[in-house]
Amino acid sequence: MKNFIIKEFLQIFRDKRSLIILFGIPIIQVLLFGFALKNEIRDVPIAILDNSKDLYSQQLITKILSSEYFILEENVQSEKAIENAFRKGKIKQLIVIENNFTENLERENRAKIQLILDASDPNTAGMINSYTSAIISNFEREINPSFAGVPMIIPETQMRYNPKLDSVFMFVPGVITIVLMLVSAMMTSISIAREKELGTMEVLLVSPIKPIQIILGKVFPYVILSFISALIILGLAFTVFEMPIVGNIPLLLAESLLFIIMALSLGIFISTAANSQQVAMLLSMFALLLPSILLSGFIFPLKNMPDIIQYIGYAMPPKWFVIIIKNIMIKGNGIGSVWKETLIILGFTVFFIGLSIKKFKIRLE
Amino acid sequence: MISIKNLYKSYGNIQALKDISVEIHEGELFGFIGPDGAGKTTLFRILTSLLIPDSGSARVIDLDVVNDYKKLRTQLGYMPGRFSLYQDLTVEENLNFFAGIFKTTLQENYELIKPIYHQIEPFKKRRAGDLSGGMKQKLALSCALIHKPKVLFLDEPTTGVDAVSRKEFWEMLQSLKKQGITIVVSTPYMDEAALCDRIALIQKGELLDIDKPQNIIDRYSHFLYGIKADRMYDLVNQLREHPQCLSAYLFGEYIHFASISEIDINQLKEDIVNSGIEQVEIIQLKANIEDSFMDLMAKAEK
Repeated sequence: MKNFIIKEFLQIFRDKRSLIILFGIPIIQVLLFGFALKNEIRDVPIAILDNSKDLYSQQLITKILSSEYFILEENVQSEKAIENAFRKGKIKQLIVIENNFTENLERENRAKIQLILDASDPNTAGMINSYTSAIISNFEREINPSFAGVPMIIPETQMRYNPKLDSVFMFVPGVITIVLMLVSAMMTSISIAREKELGTMEVLLVSPIKPIQIILGKVFPYVILSFISALIILGLAFTVFEMPIVGNIPLLLAESLLFIIMALSLGIFISTAANSQQVAMLLSMFALLLPSILLSGFIFPLKNMPDIIQYIGYAMPPKWFVIIIKNIMIKGNGIGSVWKETLIILGFTVFFIGLSIKKFKIRLE
Repeated sequence: MISIKNLYKSYGNIQALKDISVEIHEGELFGFIGPDGAGKTTLFRILTSLLIPDSGSARVIDLDVVNDYKKLRTQLGYMPGRFSLYQDLTVEENLNFFAGIFKTTLQENYELIKPIYHQIEPFKKRRAGDLSGGMKQKLALSCALIHKPKVLFLDEPTTGVDAVSRKEFWEMLQSLKKQGITIVVSTPYMDEAALCDRIALIQKGELLDIDKPQNIIDRYSHFLYGIKADRMYDLVNQLREHPQCLSAYLFGEYIHFASISEIDINQLKEDIVNSGIEQVEIIQLKANIEDSFMDLMAKAEK
C-alpha cells in the first residue's frame, strides 16, 4: 500500500499532463467563468438622444450615468442617427427623451421616454430594461413625490445572500463542483486505464496485492491533490472575485472531501469499464462534464426543465453538491440544512465503491 | 511441479489452445517453442492465473491456477511478453515498488538478483523507459525475481533484444536454474530451444512434440542437404519441384532441402547447373531443431 501510494505520487508529479489537469484546469476554469460568465449589468455602453436638453432631462441623464451600470458611449443628435448608432454594434441601449420634457412633466404630469434596446441577447436586454426603468421611476419620485399616476404600492426589494447580484456567487459553487468531479473522476479512471493499456496491470494482478489495495492506492493521492485543487478554487474566489464565505469553513471542506471521494469512486467505476486511456477520458468527459454542467442546476435551473430531465438531474451527484455548497458558502447554513444532500452523496460514494470492487477484474479477459 | 492436463481455451471462434498436456519437473528449464500466434501467451496467462481455461486443469507448485490463485500469486514470478514496468519510474523505483507489493525489500533478496541487477545498477537513477531493450529485459527479470519465486514464467523474454543481450540473458537463466528455480520460457527463436532442458513444440494451439531438444532432433528421419548458389530464390522454387523434395526452405546461407530418400549429390548439382544457376555448392546436413519443427508442422498439417 505505502509503496503503491509513493509510486502513484511519483508518476503524477512526473507527468506534466496530470499536473495541468489537476491544477491548471481549475485555475483556468475559475478565471474563465469569473470574467466571462458575467450576468450582472455593469458599465453597459448606451447612447442618448435628448430632444429637450432642459433641467429634468439633464438631471435624469446624470442620474442614469452616475449609476455604475451604464456609461455614455454617444450623444445622438437626431432620429435619423439612431439606426446608425446601433449599426456600430457597440451600444446596447438608446434612450430617447421627448421635446419639452420638463414642461410636460410640470404641466401635464406626464412625459415620454423611449428605451430602444439591442435584444440580440434577450437576457441582457431584459436586465438593462428593468435596471433603466428602476432608475427612471426612482427619479420620478425624487423630483416630486406627489405626482399623480405614481403607483401607491411601492415594492421594496431585498436581494438576500447576494445583495449586489454578483454572478460570482453563482459560478463558484458550480465551478468547484465541475472541476472536482471532472478532475477526480477523470484522473483516477485514466490512471487505472493506463495500467491496463501499458500492461502493468498484468504484473500487478500476478502479485499478492489485493484489488482493494490497488483501488485505495490509486484514490489516496488524488484525494489529497483534488483537495488542494478545491482550496485553490476557493482561494481564487475569495481573493480575485471577493466572494465572501459566510458559512462554516471546516464543514465546507469536509463536504468537499466527501464529494471528492465520491467523484474518485465514480472514476474507478468508469475505469473498470474502460480499457484504454482514451476511452476513460471520453467516458469521463461525456458521462460527467456535460451532465454536471447542464443538469446540476448550476447554470440552467432544473425547475424549468421537463419532468423526465429533472429526474435524470436527481441522479446526478453534482446537483446535490451544488445545493450543499450554496447553503454553506452563501447562506451560512450549518449541517442541519444540508444533511439530506450529504446523505445522498454518501450513498453515491458507497454505491460506486461497492460496484467498483465487485466489477474489478482479478484476471484478464 | 507444473502439471497441465487437457487444457482448452478459445476466444470466440478462434481455438487458442487444444488439448494441451505437459508435465514440468522441479528445477527444470522448460521451453515452449513456436511461432507467433501459436498460443504461447495464452498458455502462460493460464499458468499464471490470469486467464481461466475453458476446460482441463493446470496445477503450478501443486496449486490449482483457478481455485488457489491467491496463494499461487505469492509464489510465482512472471515476466509478460510486453515490457510491463513503469516507464516513468527509475530502475531503482521500479525494483522498490515490486519488492513492496510482494512484501519484501531489495536488500532482502539482493543476493538472488545481484548477478542480473549488477549489470544495470550503474543506471539505477535512469527511467525505465530510457533503457535499451537488453537492459529493460534485465530490469524486468530482476523485478520478477525480487520475491524469490519458486517458479518463473518468462513469455518471449528475448523478442526484440539484440544477439549479445540474448546470449547474456540465457546465461542468466542457466545460473538461476542452478539456484533451484523452475523456469518456464517461451520463444519463437529455434536456436534458443537447444538451451532448454526440455522443450514443447507448439503450433496453432496444439503440441507437436515434447522432449529433450536432442531427442527431437534425433528423431528426424529424412535426408537433409544444404544447397547454396548465386540465385537462391530461383533455386528454392526449382528445388520444390524436385520429385524427391519433401521441403525446401531458405535458412541462413543455405537452402535446407529435405528429401524422402538419399540423393546423389553430384547428380543434383549437375541438374541445378544445367538449369542455368551457378556457383552451386551442396553439403550433407545434420538436422537442427528448426528442421525438426518444420517437419513436425508439415506432418501436423496433413
